[in-house]
Amino acid sequence: MNIGAVVLALFLMASILVAIGLGSAVIYPQDTVRYIWAALTGGQISADEITRYQIIWQIRTPRVLLAAVVGAGLSVVGVAIQALVRNALADPFILGVSSGASVGAVLVNTFGTLGFLGIYAVSGGAFVGALVATILVYGVAYGRTGVTPLRLVLTGVALSLGFQAAMSLVIYYVPTSEATSAVLFWTMGSFGAATWGSLPISALIVLIGIVTLHRTSRALDIMTFGDEAAASLGFDANSLRRWLFVLTALMTGAMVAVSGAVGFVGLVVPHIVRILTGASHARVLLIAPFVGGIFMVLVDLVSRTLVAPRELPLGVITALVGVPVFIALMRRNNYAFGGH
Amino acid sequence: MDLRLDGVSVDINGKLLVDSLSLDVPRGQIVGLVGPNGSGKSTALRCIYRSLRPSRGAVWIDGQNMRSLSLRANAQSLAALTQEATSDLDFTVAEIVALGRAPHLRGNERLSQREERLCLEAMEQMDVLHLAGRGMLSLSGGERQRVMIARALVQEPKVLVLDEPTNHLDMRHQIELLSLLRRSGLTVLVVLHDLNLAAASCDWIGVLSDGALHCAGTPREILTAPMIREVFGIDVSIVDHPLSGQPQLFYTLPTQQSQEHTQ
Repeated sequence: MNIGAVVLALFLMASILVAIGLGSAVIYPQDTVRYIWAALTGGQISADEITRYQIIWQIRTPRVLLAAVVGAGLSVVGVAIQALVRNALADPFILGVSSGASVGAVLVNTFGTLGFLGIYAVSGGAFVGALVATILVYGVAYGRTGVTPLRLVLTGVALSLGFQAAMSLVIYYVPTSEATSAVLFWTMGSFGAATWGSLPISALIVLIGIVTLHRTSRALDIMTFGDEAAASLGFDANSLRRWLFVLTALMTGAMVAVSGAVGFVGLVVPHIVRILTGASHARVLLIAPFVGGIFMVLVDLVSRTLVAPRELPLGVITALVGVPVFIALMRRNNYAFGGH
Repeated sequence: MDLRLDGVSVDINGKLLVDSLSLDVPRGQIVGLVGPNGSGKSTALRCIYRSLRPSRGAVWIDGQNMRSLSLRANAQSLAALTQEATSDLDFTVAEIVALGRAPHLRGNERLSQREERLCLEAMEQMDVLHLAGRGMLSLSGGERQRVMIARALVQEPKVLVLDEPTNHLDMRHQIELLSLLRRSGLTVLVVLHDLNLAAASCDWIGVLSDGALHCAGTPREILTAPMIREVFGIDVSIVDHPLSGQPQLFYTLPTQQSQEHTQ
């Protein structure tokens, strides 16, 4: 067992507890622990504590856990996508998944489709949008020799712009404040809508995805050497790419559907982790979920406490915290990606 | 194991890159593939390590049609050195060499002690053991090439297919590589640009021109001034090597010659 991973796992749990305890309503740490314990074991609390209990268990706990799940998931998907398209600038959203999700969510919001899903209609719309975008990107990128990394990136970027234009059109023709704030939510990302109802399914998909990707790490190593080298080592890069594409799209879709497109994490955490562990995917994919989870939990904490009761957009904090960390590590270690 | 190309053609977008190429690589022998740029050497090799599917014809390994083998089964008996196959990620030399065991391992299965030893031996043989912990991206072209050859050796192949293995290597490492191949007893198909090295190291040479086999035979039979004139478009003088007796080529630069005449 890897010592670093154990330490990071403990640190992640500590971060989650601290983040649940802190917020605009003041709740003492011993009470926080007692409420969580009561919720988990079905214990008793007094009647005048109901409000504080609800803040802890119904609002903050799912929110913090969602932040951990999404941070871990986006980091891992970022690692996989960068190997998949052989590009250091790739992030989970480069293949158009997030803008597809936004279009889906905004359509549901504006026209009320998917009503049978009840309160999950918007998330459902986002998930469907993500998958439709994925299929579109893959279909358009597909050529005579399968899907090459470069075509995939170019198609993803181009179709993302198309989806964004479609979204702007919807806003233009249905200029309600609800639609506008929905677009803001989907493009900037937020954990404010986290509930116990939506958390388990996203967490499950992300967890299965992380484990599966970790078990594929040697194949990911080999993929980065190109299709010819992969073939000479017995791997069919095209079919590997196809199922990685499906897996990462499902994971990204499941995350975007409940938190919008939280930027920066999926781009930078993979690099930070590689600086710390080296390139081997077996190590990177073991450490990245913890680093991503911790990072996201702390970022969300800062975003909702710094100017409480108002919330800062997540993207602002991820960049403010992440950029200096990234630059410092990069300068100290002569990090290389793509040679020179 | 022996390797046989049987009427292999590769047709890409209506362009015939390899034209019904038939070639035998007998067990334990070294066969060289030579020819000018764009004559289809690399394309032919890509059919052998399964990066490309021939439009017509087949590649046979030990009497078995390769198409009937899985990629993985293929990679267990055949290793390839491809051109310019580096990763953007900064793997260490030891990590890259260890990837050569991938065809023999399941998923993320760890290397056994024997396999770890195998990696050390291959790095020793290719003179990169002292670089084991270094990042690949910080190495020179020749060092990288030797790492990739070490990875191919770690695959424990019966058949080795090499696309310009001497590329980037200094003279000492070129000679060492080719004598290693001679000693290895492996069945080898190798693309070489240096015809003198080909003459010194190959049992048999096939000459490709415009995707088709122009001629094939022992170095002595093949390397003649008229053939080289016809295929490569240059004039050479051929003499016997004073020690080995193999044919060796001497080149003269046309400009140099004409300058001498005017002086």
